[in-house]
Amino acid sequence: MPSFVMPTSNQGDGHPSPTAVSAVGLRKSYGDKTVLDGIDLHIPAGSVFALLGPNGAGKTTAVKILSTLITADAGDLHVGGHDLAADPQAARAAIGVTGQFSAVDGLITGEENMLLMADLHHLSKSEGRRVGVELLERFDLVEAAKKPASTYSGGMKRRLDIAMTLVGSPRIIFLDEPTTGLDPRSRHTMWGIIRGLVSDGVTVFLTTQYLEEADELADRIAVLNDGKIAAEGTAEELKRLVPGGHIRLRFTDPVAYQSAADALREVTRDDEALSLSIPSDGSQRELRSILDWLDSAGIEADELTVHTPDLDDVFFALTGPANVPNQPKESLR
Amino acid sequence: MSSLSLAVRDSNTMLRRNLLHAWRYPSGTLNLLLTPIMMLLLFVYIFGDVMSAGIGGGGADRSDYIAYIVPGLLLMTVGSTVIGAAVSVCVDMTQGLTARFRTMASHRGSLLVGHVVGGVLQCVMSVVLVGAVGVAMGFRSTDATALEWITAFGLITLFALALTWIAVGMGAASPNPEAAGNMAMPLILLPLISSAFIPADTMPAWFQPIAEYQPFTPAIETLRGLLLGTEIGNNGWIAIAWCVGLIALGYRWSTAQFNRDPK
Repeated sequence: MPSFVMPTSNQGDGHPSPTAVSAVGLRKSYGDKTVLDGIDLHIPAGSVFALLGPNGAGKTTAVKILSTLITADAGDLHVGGHDLAADPQAARAAIGVTGQFSAVDGLITGEENMLLMADLHHLSKSEGRRVGVELLERFDLVEAAKKPASTYSGGMKRRLDIAMTLVGSPRIIFLDEPTTGLDPRSRHTMWGIIRGLVSDGVTVFLTTQYLEEADELADRIAVLNDGKIAAEGTAEELKRLVPGGHIRLRFTDPVAYQSAADALREVTRDDEALSLSIPSDGSQRELRSILDWLDSAGIEADELTVHTPDLDDVFFALTGPANVPNQPKESLR
Repeated sequence: MSSLSLAVRDSNTMLRRNLLHAWRYPSGTLNLLLTPIMMLLLFVYIFGDVMSAGIGGGGADRSDYIAYIVPGLLLMTVGSTVIGAAVSVCVDMTQGLTARFRTMASHRGSLLVGHVVGGVLQCVMSVVLVGAVGVAMGFRSTDATALEWITAFGLITLFALALTWIAVGMGAASPNPEAAGNMAMPLILLPLISSAFIPADTMPAWFQPIAEYQPFTPAIETLRGLLLGTEIGNNGWIAIAWCVGLIALGYRWSTAQFNRDPK
């Protein structure tokens, strides 16, 4: 599988931002199963980075290693300027981690969870209380503050989890699949929270299997597949990796399909689905000219859809096995 | 902050968390107390007449049997209470909290210290409660001096520390809280094959060595000697050796589990 790596973009004034997280040649295997096979990452401070990949691609392992939970087999790793091999404790002081499963103490209240974190960050009593109240307010947990965390809904637990992560004012935050299992409303709330973090200048490293999420939130996206970075860049750059948008015509009558396929040359045929794809950027002008052309050729499709390229295309093109159904073959051009 | 004061402060935080759990959910600890208290009532009031015939070469009555059985049940209470520690360690390990603490700059051992110290304190509380039930049923220490009381208290604490470390290791090694509870079960069953209920020398000859040298019997005999003035012999040293051995084993086992890379 080819690997596409975009040049690192500089932020604003042309000077590269200081690096918040960097990994060179990160490797990890369990027994003879290689989970991460030489990964390079450079995440500028103050940006949102999304590690995108299917289940089992190694996303969580990457987060666990970079957040000092487990050790790598090889690789030069720096987080917040600290070498993970030499001084993990210094890196820990700079980071906050919210894992895939809500790590809240269910037996004590939301408020007590916050105070526990404040104590572990060695804040004074008054400071701890202030920070706790502030974060509970920010994450809309004031009403539930005095209830045991085990009684919280999934979305509330996630919010409490992130609130706990923020107690020490970390400069780098790892979020491992922060919205997995949340309902759409909670997911949008979580996106708002993550955008809020970025506006405070925090670096966010998130993993997700949702392309939409990476597209919404991330400055840069790396697609992780089978332990390797299959592509990296901005959402726009990644979208350029796959063929552009197209207009899809679907027919129910094989005869109509055949005559249309004969009349139109510049199309990709899908004989099984009886559908034709015409390359298009999806603009109004182009759409009109295609419709006019179809009219003049006497072609009437049963269904017409405009398909703009999205990260789904990139994702399937880069991560799927070679013969994913419904994928245009030229997508790996 | 120096690393020692950091360790003390974080351990104190974790201990307070542990005690808060016990305070919020006293039903958990009280459930564990149910077994020893039921045993006490059962063996004294239901089986008491028959059981008392088997001690002191016959001629003993029910009040003698209360005196005989209470020291054993106090240590059984320890075995029962530490099951709670095994379960709560496992909950922490499997539900992400341990992972959270490990990515923080706080002192690494503090979570373990919190569990162990909290576990020992709960054991001591439980023993006091079961002891009170024993006293209400007529148990009296016949000739214990102040020094013997203090030594008895120290023995119970040391025994609680040993079993708590083992329980913490069991909790850390278990895949889920139910398994942790099951794995810790022998700690409440061992007293049944000790000298807690009947003297070891009344058991079948082939079984006596097992009953005599398992960790509970020497500790029970020592406690009995301290509170009731019976012969202790070398049981005191054997009990201390068992405790020190179990502490070392539990400590090594637990820390190995905690330092292992989580999958």
